[in-house]
Amino acid sequence: MLRRLNRLLGGDERRVDSRTIYVGRQPGSTNEAFIPPKFCDNRIVSSKYTVWNFLPKNLFEQFRRIANFYFLIIFLVQVIVDTPTSPVTSGLPLFFVITVTAIKQGYEDWLRHKADYEVNKYRVTVLEDGRRISKESEKIKVGDVVEVVEDETFPCDLILLQSSRDDGTCFVTTASLDGESNHKTHYTVPDIEKDLEMLCATIECEQPQPDLYKFVGRMQIYRNNQESVVRSLGPENLLLKGATLKNTKKICGVAVYTGMETKMALNYQGKSQKRSAVEKSINAFLLVYLCILLSKALVCTTLKYVWQSKPGQDEPWYNEKTPREKETNLYLKMFTDFLSFMVLFNFIIPVSMYVTVEMQKFLGSLFITWDKDFFDPEIKEGALVNTSDLNEELGQVEYVFTDKTGTLTQNNMEFIECCIDGFQYTYRDTASELDGFCVTDGPVSKLPQKASTEREELFLRALCLCHTVQVKEPTEQDQGQGGGLLDQVDGLGVDGEVLQPPQEEKGFIASSPDEIALVKGAVRYGFTFLGLENKVMKILNRNKDVEMYELLHVLNFDPVRRRMSVIVRSRSGDTLLFCKGADASIFPRVRQEEVERIRMHVDRNAKEGYRTLCVAYKYLSAEEYAQADAGLREARLALQDREEKLMAVYNQVETGMSLIGATAVEDRLQEEAAETMESLQGAGIKIWVLTGDKMETAKSTCYACRLFQRNTELLELTVRTLEDGRMRREARLHELLIEYHKKAVQDVPPGVTRSWCSDSQDYGFIIDGASLSMVLNCSHESNSSLYKNLFLQICQNCTAVLCCRMAPLQKAQIVKMVKNSKGSPITLSIGDGANDVSMILEAHVGIGIKGKEGRQAVRNSDYAIPKLKHLKKLLLAHGHLYYVRIAHLVQYFFYKNLCFILPQFLYQFFCGYSQQPLYDAAYLTMYNICFTSMPILAYSLLEQHICIDVLLENATLYRAIAKNAMLRWGPFIKWTLQGVFHGLVFFFGVRYLFSNPALQNNGQVFGNWSYGTIVFTVLVFTVTLKLALDTRHWTWLNHFVIWGSLAFYVVFSFFWGGIIWPFLSQQRLCSVFAKMLSSLSVWLVIILLILLSLLPEILLVVFRNPFAPRPRQLSEDSLLHSSRQQQLSHHCPTST
Amino acid sequence: MMASSYNAKDEDGNITVSGPGGGALRSKKPENTAFKQQRLPAWQPILTAGTVLPAFFGIGLFFIPIGIGLYVTSNNIKELEIDYTGSDMSSPCFNCSQSFSWNSTKPCTCTIPFHLDQPYDSNVFMYYGLSNFYQNHRRYVKSRDDSQLNGDSGSLMKPSKECEPYAYFEKKPIAPCGAIANSMFNDTLELFYNNPNGTKVKIPLTSTGIAWWTDKHVKFRNPGGSNPNFTAVFQGTAKPVNWRRPVYELDSDPENNGFINEDFIVWMRTAALPTFRKLYRIIQKKDDLLPTLPRGSYTLEVVYNYPVRSFEGRKRMILSTISWMGGKNPFLGIAYITVGSVCFFLGVILLIIHHKYGNRSNSADISS
Repeated sequence: MLRRLNRLLGGDERRVDSRTIYVGRQPGSTNEAFIPPKFCDNRIVSSKYTVWNFLPKNLFEQFRRIANFYFLIIFLVQVIVDTPTSPVTSGLPLFFVITVTAIKQGYEDWLRHKADYEVNKYRVTVLEDGRRISKESEKIKVGDVVEVVEDETFPCDLILLQSSRDDGTCFVTTASLDGESNHKTHYTVPDIEKDLEMLCATIECEQPQPDLYKFVGRMQIYRNNQESVVRSLGPENLLLKGATLKNTKKICGVAVYTGMETKMALNYQGKSQKRSAVEKSINAFLLVYLCILLSKALVCTTLKYVWQSKPGQDEPWYNEKTPREKETNLYLKMFTDFLSFMVLFNFIIPVSMYVTVEMQKFLGSLFITWDKDFFDPEIKEGALVNTSDLNEELGQVEYVFTDKTGTLTQNNMEFIECCIDGFQYTYRDTASELDGFCVTDGPVSKLPQKASTEREELFLRALCLCHTVQVKEPTEQDQGQGGGLLDQVDGLGVDGEVLQPPQEEKGFIASSPDEIALVKGAVRYGFTFLGLENKVMKILNRNKDVEMYELLHVLNFDPVRRRMSVIVRSRSGDTLLFCKGADASIFPRVRQEEVERIRMHVDRNAKEGYRTLCVAYKYLSAEEYAQADAGLREARLALQDREEKLMAVYNQVETGMSLIGATAVEDRLQEEAAETMESLQGAGIKIWVLTGDKMETAKSTCYACRLFQRNTELLELTVRTLEDGRMRREARLHELLIEYHKKAVQDVPPGVTRSWCSDSQDYGFIIDGASLSMVLNCSHESNSSLYKNLFLQICQNCTAVLCCRMAPLQKAQIVKMVKNSKGSPITLSIGDGANDVSMILEAHVGIGIKGKEGRQAVRNSDYAIPKLKHLKKLLLAHGHLYYVRIAHLVQYFFYKNLCFILPQFLYQFFCGYSQQPLYDAAYLTMYNICFTSMPILAYSLLEQHICIDVLLENATLYRAIAKNAMLRWGPFIKWTLQGVFHGLVFFFGVRYLFSNPALQNNGQVFGNWSYGTIVFTVLVFTVTLKLALDTRHWTWLNHFVIWGSLAFYVVFSFFWGGIIWPFLSQQRLCSVFAKMLSSLSVWLVIILLILLSLLPEILLVVFRNPFAPRPRQLSEDSLLHSSRQQQLSHHCPTST
Repeated sequence: MMASSYNAKDEDGNITVSGPGGGALRSKKPENTAFKQQRLPAWQPILTAGTVLPAFFGIGLFFIPIGIGLYVTSNNIKELEIDYTGSDMSSPCFNCSQSFSWNSTKPCTCTIPFHLDQPYDSNVFMYYGLSNFYQNHRRYVKSRDDSQLNGDSGSLMKPSKECEPYAYFEKKPIAPCGAIANSMFNDTLELFYNNPNGTKVKIPLTSTGIAWWTDKHVKFRNPGGSNPNFTAVFQGTAKPVNWRRPVYELDSDPENNGFINEDFIVWMRTAALPTFRKLYRIIQKKDDLLPTLPRGSYTLEVVYNYPVRSFEGRKRMILSTISWMGGKNPFLGIAYITVGSVCFFLGVILLIIHHKYGNRSNSADISS
């Protein structure tokens, strides 16, 4: 509020888009007007509570949950109003829940406090007025110059000023930030004098923002009486808090963001909560039960006052009211009566359900991490569960959005071939030719031909230069031997002479595996990249000579341009630009006459599923270079719209190049990718491939994964098909959409769901990014929604959809569109790279693959698995089981509380609507906590109604639970009716027994507490045995817990009635249970009622069997079949 | 019967440790235990028509005889109910019910003649029954102080608040306090056998053994321990407002007096439903040869103390014999017969279905 007001009243100047930091002495001229800007200190506060505010704040947080708040209200009503049950009955469970949660959260917070303390009190060295002062980390201010030594983590976000390395670089790992453990190079700001004491500069940089990979700033360095120098600052100059300094003895940096404004802290915020469909169902059911509760209370209150209006009923002589009761206002009394009934019936909505559901989810998710099938021996890791809230959602997936590279494919690139000037060069391991060069027949000419050596070498040089690959640093143990070795390894021979031939497996580090594959490919052809040092790239050429190139500029890769370039200056003084990128982004920028020869190769390679890149070069004249150089420098210094400005310059420079050749890199399919996709499709899941790759490559991957079959008719909506006709694109789009819609949607025989029947035509849909954006952002408003609808309908009727050339944001857009479409299907995104993060976050369930492209996807995912093939078990087995378990848990919980409370409600009709509880307080309290909670928990953790192997074998079983099948209104009503039936049986069975309360052979009679206890005994046994009937998988734990809780109930009841309890004001149950069991009639009625209640249950199960064999039977049959063949199914039933 | 199979699982232990030198990595690799891999050995019963059928027949065959037995037993129990409320003019107790006042010192007595058509052979149990009397009303049920009744001297002088408005009378604590105790049934019922020769023989009624043993010996205790001087023990307390005598004058027998008076204990066990009966007296069988109550005419003499007209209640006297299953109640027998026959019937239907469709579905399964 206040802040907003402040802003409105002209606090605007504080909200500037950049911050200015003064380093060192302040420039004298601005001194008088200078007010040091206020930045937050470097204290990290990740803890939520302090000792003082823990209790109120934690309680507040907990009671913000609607359920807890409801129970609190009930409890307060019980305390304030004279209610039938003591406050203990609802207070105790609530207290238990609240305490356990508070202890858990308190412990977690204590851990955070400890971690915070460690970080905040860490001693760091700060350079102040030329002295080195040791300070606590939390005391660092923005503008301080901080010194960090090797293997230390940076205490705040620093701009690198000075490094102990000669070339002004330092290496860091960001393992704790994004999990990437490779070394990254950061650069010092150029032109900083050695003596930091003398440094006087201002840094202008953007306001803190969470993107780890973005930073723009400008540093103005004042030299003594000289004109100031401006240097641009980028992410390569910024050292992030949390990263660790490696391979560098020490660095100095100036703090720019501190404390809670560091990028790490800004990234600390938890992800937005994803809610599962089950939770929505629970809330809906809760509402129904709340209505039942309210109407019950209302009915009872009304009837009470109707009943009381008859003379002699309200206050007979034997039962007079206290004076206070008499004085109370009638309406107030009515209200308190209503509340009393609410309290009496409030057990219908149990606190314990939330506890049990939470416990089930948490413990259940452990089974995923424990699963040894998810363990990947390569990376030596198993599955990772980031949230346990979505376990059951895994059983509900209808759409899978998968990335291609690294997910469907291994992202393990191998250089396959290249073509230079239209001649094809295929590398063979066993090639006997010199240099491993082998020339095969190009399709262009039948004669073995070779491009000129000059072109070859140019091409290979381009491969060696045009990248951002680093040579791998030495491992830890080598470092102890001092700097000499260090330098040697990292430069591979500083003096330029290479003694030993490069090792077979030279370590390269790069952001993308394609680059490594290309560099390695060049090695095979005799050109070895030796490393980059002091902006000089060294190449070992075929003649074992070292060529040196000065690296002038790197025009970074980005997914929009889809190409990258370097500008280098050779020894001879030529300035060259090498560019490599996707064919579509290169071809328009080269001389057209060169294109055709190469396009053929590129297309052929793409069809075979290879990733192709084209390589082009251009000589830059001195003027051209000067112009480009100036443009780049200017753009890099821009604070606003730097990206756009840079892009413009890049596009300007990368024109008029000449094409040298193309490369083909193979990306192998993941293990069992095809099988996984096939079984997912069998499970009725629609698979969409969203990739940034080009259409032909993606299409061939889809064929390889059997997403498209040979008989699949492909519907293409790409730039190519759009430009087919002579019409305008929009018109063509319209036409195509209508045509495909007619084909895929309208011509399908009604009533038949597409993917179910195998004999009809399968359709596959292909769309590319450009067409998609046309569909989504159509110029005509009216058409826009129509196109979107048509598009969705077509896609929903296709077995597989391929979206290629997608930008990361478009992936999320598609997921969002499907997510919000009719029927709101459950979506799952799976990916491994940073470009998949947006769709992983967008989908209902996000799955990260612990692949090669860093840990970004894993960090943002809900579940992480090592390989694609694990998805099958995760969904078909784990997801299916979790869904069945939790659905049963929820339904059972509602059911058991309905038949718990219904007799109590019916009893009101027999006790003058006086809110007399039927059961003793101990039973009311313990019913949900002790007597009936453990069996259902065990069930919901261990149940396998169909065993895992069968689930994996028969993907179709997954369809049985699709669309929240077990938690829709149908099953809910079935369960509710069952609960009502049971409640009626319990109550009226005992009611008719009690028409003569003399139930013993000594003529003595039973009272109301005996009545309640008999009902309760029948209740506990029935609900437990019902669960036993539903249990299909009896492990020893199930046996233990089910029979154990029944035994516990009996023992407890004996115990509770066996002693005069000093703390109880009324000994209601004194010897009631023992007396009850001494009556044969009671035994008989208990047996009768339990059997009668379970009869329909048994009948339902049986009647379902002969007419329609359920999935279970089906599975058994198939199992029988397979066991005959393979004899592997030991743990599944083999007899019917 | 139950189609099931115990599956001995292959507890294959740790077989797939990734190669040698995996020791350090083993901690990361999930343990290969049956529990963690969700492969605990399990019994997997399947309910099919074939398995449930015999159970249905079994239940049917088991329940129907029990039901018949129960029904016969219940029918053999002899029971006689006499309503002596006196709400209509013809009733002998009409006058007493009309002229009732709490303050009258002279008890009103009425005599009701009745006839037993059959002799009652075994012990006969005499109950009083009340209708439309809400002993299970919440205000009523909680209006008692169990620690006072358990002989706690502190609670004796300071009854619990729950007893309000029957806790104190003229500043003196009421013993026993509360609405339940205050409204204790105080009609006196006596039975006379009208000998054919014209004399009236009073039938001896036993007033012990009517309350639960645990109630009499554990839950209810007189204050002051074994002090036989009840007047001193109850010094300073008031009798319940509606009582004519203090609690220590309920019976002359010290073992059946005060809080452990069995009539009192029986009353204190609140009934479950508004129409209820409570054991009043037992007529012990004396002679093996003679019936306890021979056939003939009897007289019930009622000292009419208990008003029920104000709340439209009814009062009954019930004479009943008892079997192993308790008093007369045909419900259990009928219920057992019904459930048993339903099971049997279902069994038959299932059998037919099983025979007709079972084969077909089997063949369908095989072909699929």
